[in-house]
Amino acid sequence: MNRSLSGLLPGRSSQPGKRVLPGFALSLGVSLFFISIVLLLPLTGLIMQTADMGWERYWAVVTDERVIASYKVTLWAAALASIINGLVGLLLAWVLVRYDFPGKRIMDALIDLPFALPTAVAGITLTALFAADGWYGQIFSLFDIKVAFTPLGIIVAMSFTSLPFVVRTVQPVLEDLAPEDEEAAVSLGATDWTVFRRILFPAMWPALMTGVALSFTRSLGEFGAVIFIAGNMPYVSEIISLMIFVRLQEFDHAAASAIASVVLIASLILLLGINLWQARYLRRLHGR
Amino acid sequence: MHERKAMRAGDQPWVKWSLIALAFAVTMLMLVIPLVIIFKQAFAAGGANYWANLTDTYTMHAIGLTLLVAALTVPINLVFGVMLAWLVTRFDFPGRKVLITLIDIPFAVSPVVAGLLYLLLYGSNGWLGSWLMDQDVQLMFSWPGIVMVTVFVTCPFVARELIPLMQQQGREEEEAGVVLGATGWQLFRRITLPNIQWALLYGVVLTNARAVGEFGAVSVVSGNIRGETNTLSLHVELLYQDYNVVGAFASASLLAGIALITIVVKSFVEWRQARQRAPLDDQSDNR
Repeated sequence: MNRSLSGLLPGRSSQPGKRVLPGFALSLGVSLFFISIVLLLPLTGLIMQTADMGWERYWAVVTDERVIASYKVTLWAAALASIINGLVGLLLAWVLVRYDFPGKRIMDALIDLPFALPTAVAGITLTALFAADGWYGQIFSLFDIKVAFTPLGIIVAMSFTSLPFVVRTVQPVLEDLAPEDEEAAVSLGATDWTVFRRILFPAMWPALMTGVALSFTRSLGEFGAVIFIAGNMPYVSEIISLMIFVRLQEFDHAAASAIASVVLIASLILLLGINLWQARYLRRLHGR
Repeated sequence: MHERKAMRAGDQPWVKWSLIALAFAVTMLMLVIPLVIIFKQAFAAGGANYWANLTDTYTMHAIGLTLLVAALTVPINLVFGVMLAWLVTRFDFPGRKVLITLIDIPFAVSPVVAGLLYLLLYGSNGWLGSWLMDQDVQLMFSWPGIVMVTVFVTCPFVARELIPLMQQQGREEEEAGVVLGATGWQLFRRITLPNIQWALLYGVVLTNARAVGEFGAVSVVSGNIRGETNTLSLHVELLYQDYNVVGAFASASLLAGIALITIVVKSFVEWRQARQRAPLDDQSDNR
């Protein structure tokens, strides 16, 4: 009992090596078991499959012309989609945090729709809207622009499915911003643009970058929404995930695994990068 | 902000209202109209046709399978999510950060890659799959495989909702409970659960939404056998490719309904949390 009282002292609640709360062994056991079985064990299949291939065949598969074209389309579309989401997300986050207006709560709630809506549903809906006879497609066709069944459609689908990321990362930062600097600047006659550039943007850009990076990562892997609207023309509008799928349907498991390993490594590096970036940025915030 | 008169950036009425108008336009175009289109298309051939589409044998089977997948996935990830959140927020140990990063893997990995990982391991060519085959167990291209990849894809949601909240709430309350002689279960039931119930609810709802709607991973391991391994999401695709657009949107409208429930629950949970937090903030001011 005496030992556990140390946990009641304010500040650091428990000393290292002294675990006050129960359930350590149980929760550690369950978590490690689950993570090993569900997340790590399946990796062994991929590793064995690609190890069997030999370097030359692996290299030939992942640098195949059609596959290279799919990397390019996916990267370009994801980059443009996440830039669009950076701008749109910044606007939505700003409006939701800074202003009061009727319908604000509904707008706030609706932002999460792309996360909640199954991607296949998003895919067929966007296709219906952007097809030549759809509501949006008709308007675009006036300008002779085709969106559905072209790479533009991929960008549309990716921006839709990853729209909430930037809003949800920027919102809390904007809310926590202390108003003093800004008020001082405004009362001294600074324009809105100057205040935004010199005070607001420096405070929120780490969050903005995190949101854009998350949006980019999600877009790289997006499959369901994209395949309906992309048209899936080899060399033109075929994304990487679909490339893996195509190889699988040709029963070429080795080729599918090779391409998947490239995607997997790229996304793990991105994930690690985002985590490190966030850790650095959080430390800076607490260091203040 | 209530009594302060000082101007902040963007407070001029014309800036304010044009930005609000722009945000409304974006919300309408990107979110509201797509939502409307789903229901408009679903009812394009009338209510009777809509009903006929939903009560179609294959659609009913897809609904049943989807419910089964969610009913198995959600409890598994609920238990795991709570355990992991308890572990990483209540104890310090080496490797804690690694665990928190590992749990994000399903968010970063393309669903098709996720499905492929399972297919390579448990499929007839995989080292585990070929052994299972000898025991006459087939997991891929049947419903257990669908459940397995869905568990993979949805496992971060509950933990991701709980970890920041439990971190912020700290350990003091539970530690006081231990000092007063509570058992582990009592601690969880009486102290932890009331504190996290709303975040937990949202985590469950998110897990459910994704479990019901998962497409990429499931389509790799399902084999798309109509009336057998077709989930609702896959059924939408199948109908769409059969040029049965109205039928596809009828099934899609069910999924959109679940999505709408999800965002309503989220708003409710945020409102409850804001109310729960308000008295806490007052306390910390008095300290």
